[in-house]
Amino acid sequence: MQRGELPTWVDVGLIPLINLTIAFIVAGLVVLIIGENPFQAIWILLSTPLSSLSGWFNIIYYATNFIFTGLCVAVAFHAGLFNIGGEGQAYIGGLGAATPGLLIGGVLASALPFWVSQPITLLLCLIASFAIGALWGWFPGYLQAKRGSHIVITTIMLNYITSSVMVYMINMVFRPVGKMAVESRAIDDAYIMNAREIGRVIGLKLPASPLNPGLFVALAAAWGVWYLLWRTKLGYEIRAVGANMDASIYAGINPSRIIMITMAISGGLAGLMAFHEVLGAQHRLVLEYVQGAGFVGIAVALMGRSHPLGIVLAALLFGLLYQGGTELSFANQNINRDMVVVIQGLVILFMGALEQTFRPYLAAVFAKVE
Amino acid sequence: MIKSLLAAAALTTAMAASALAADMGPAIVFDIGGKFDKSFNESMFNGAEKFKKETGKSYAEFEIANEAQREQAIRNFADKGYSPIIAAGFAQAEAVTKVAKDYPDLKFAIIDMVVEPKNTESIVFKEHEGSYLVGVLAALASKTGKVGFVGGMDIPLIHKFACGYVQGVKATKKDGTVFQNMTGDTGAAWNDPVKGGEITKGQIAKGADVVYAAAGATGIGVLQAAADAGKLSIGVDANQNYLHPGKVLTSMVKHVDVAVYNIMKNGNDKFEPGIHALGLAEGGVDYAMDDNNKSLVTDDMKKAVEAAKADIIAGKTKIHDYMEDNKCPVE
Repeated sequence: MQRGELPTWVDVGLIPLINLTIAFIVAGLVVLIIGENPFQAIWILLSTPLSSLSGWFNIIYYATNFIFTGLCVAVAFHAGLFNIGGEGQAYIGGLGAATPGLLIGGVLASALPFWVSQPITLLLCLIASFAIGALWGWFPGYLQAKRGSHIVITTIMLNYITSSVMVYMINMVFRPVGKMAVESRAIDDAYIMNAREIGRVIGLKLPASPLNPGLFVALAAAWGVWYLLWRTKLGYEIRAVGANMDASIYAGINPSRIIMITMAISGGLAGLMAFHEVLGAQHRLVLEYVQGAGFVGIAVALMGRSHPLGIVLAALLFGLLYQGGTELSFANQNINRDMVVVIQGLVILFMGALEQTFRPYLAAVFAKVE
Repeated sequence: MIKSLLAAAALTTAMAASALAADMGPAIVFDIGGKFDKSFNESMFNGAEKFKKETGKSYAEFEIANEAQREQAIRNFADKGYSPIIAAGFAQAEAVTKVAKDYPDLKFAIIDMVVEPKNTESIVFKEHEGSYLVGVLAALASKTGKVGFVGGMDIPLIHKFACGYVQGVKATKKDGTVFQNMTGDTGAAWNDPVKGGEITKGQIAKGADVVYAAAGATGIGVLQAAADAGKLSIGVDANQNYLHPGKVLTSMVKHVDVAVYNIMKNGNDKFEPGIHALGLAEGGVDYAMDDNNKSLVTDDMKKAVEAAKADIIAGKTKIHDYMEDNKCPVE
């Protein structure tokens, strides 16, 4: 083992644990300042969601979104790209998720029995949400590869453009006349049943939650990313460009091409989040449904060490934080949602931005032990 | 494992059933804007606080932070047996509909939107009527014949305000000009006083001397910019005349607070299911008069606006509602 390197279990286990603990200590201090009991608050945050089935369902539902956005960030990381446009790519993906359901879904449903038309429509929605997200990721990739515009700048700027495009599209194109809420009509022809509705069909009484089989798409995507990165030639090229671009050119890889392809895949993965959220949870195209999941994806990818398995686990942790935060506001009326955002923000800060803070100290300690 | 999960599910259901017996009092679910938005949500909050102060009874509350929480929050209150459960804003309609169907014994209310189930009360406001009246006042107060409108987020509801306002202006001054601007395309447009102020300065530079803000907290910047330039402004939702005494012409008040207060006070026993559209006749919307704007509204102006109000209440004047066809007959 070289100096500065750490055993794997420290890297993927101990460091995140230390960061999480410190985040909770600081969050506890904030809770203390507003005059509440920090131990009680953190106990509610962590234990309540885990003690009921509906809590678990909600955790997994949130985690599903974070898996998509986490994978989006991770794939780009492997090529040395910092894609912070997951938020916008997931948002614009909604156009892909909704359009086939609204446009062709009805035609198919009238021509075919629903058990044929629904899967076909859903498949089209799946492809379209990936494709539109991919387009939205490819574009900054193109600018980076061909024009040298830095990806961090272009992706974050595209987030704002996305907001405007989506407001326009939903308001002017998708919203039925006379409907007050800025949203499309219900997408009944591409309807992913949630866990409770599936339970009803098979005679199980399950609690209400937005959990839906989109989860399996997320897990499949996680496996797909693992396979792509470590079992294919393209994946090898992506990692080579990320590790050392000059060496990859020497090895005959065209980095411009890889950057564009990687960003397209990255954006497409974010776009899939729309498939899960729009068709599985909202059942209509609404405004700003991403709600920060794109940015949480950055923390998830960092914490999961850009490995699909790590991302799934980190996504579950953030799902727990989200659901726990909700439970906390229910249980304690003095802790409002802004407090919850502070607590979640601290975790993201310590897990993401300050992720490497304790690494040198730990490395020194382990170097001595050896 | 499966067995214990099922047992947990059964337990939750049993708990929900037993909770129904207890009367937990009312609950309120605020929208993403938050309860201190100086506008719609805060108005609801004030109504709820008034209820608390007068009756000494408490209520439960929740502020939404993301889309998924809407249904979850309403369902959580329903599980615990709160009733009536009041949801703020049109975006909660789907969630209220779903949960209301699952809990037929509880009462639900929604503000600014219409929902179907039998155990719900839908409160909507005729903002176009109130906006028409402030449009009349704006046209009468304007010396240049040019007035402004600053909207928040570009959504149909705000066009409804704008359309009523323009109709009021044009009915009073045929050749009057109305400059219309929206602050933005995202939720942030409700809370951007700086940009609101800039837009107002732009409109004033083009000759506007009365500016109507229908933009939530962004309106604070609109009122400030108009007062700084020595021009007049019109507030919205709550009575905002006090913000710049003598410089705010009037406010288009929308009595969301009264609606919330009444629902809470009526409780379960006097709950009135169905749709209630509150306009001028019902006292749901109005223009605000107080000591702060007494000197700005002359007797002639008062007479004109009262006449317009009486005509609307009597049904003689019909104000076009933008929401009916997504169009406005005048620009």
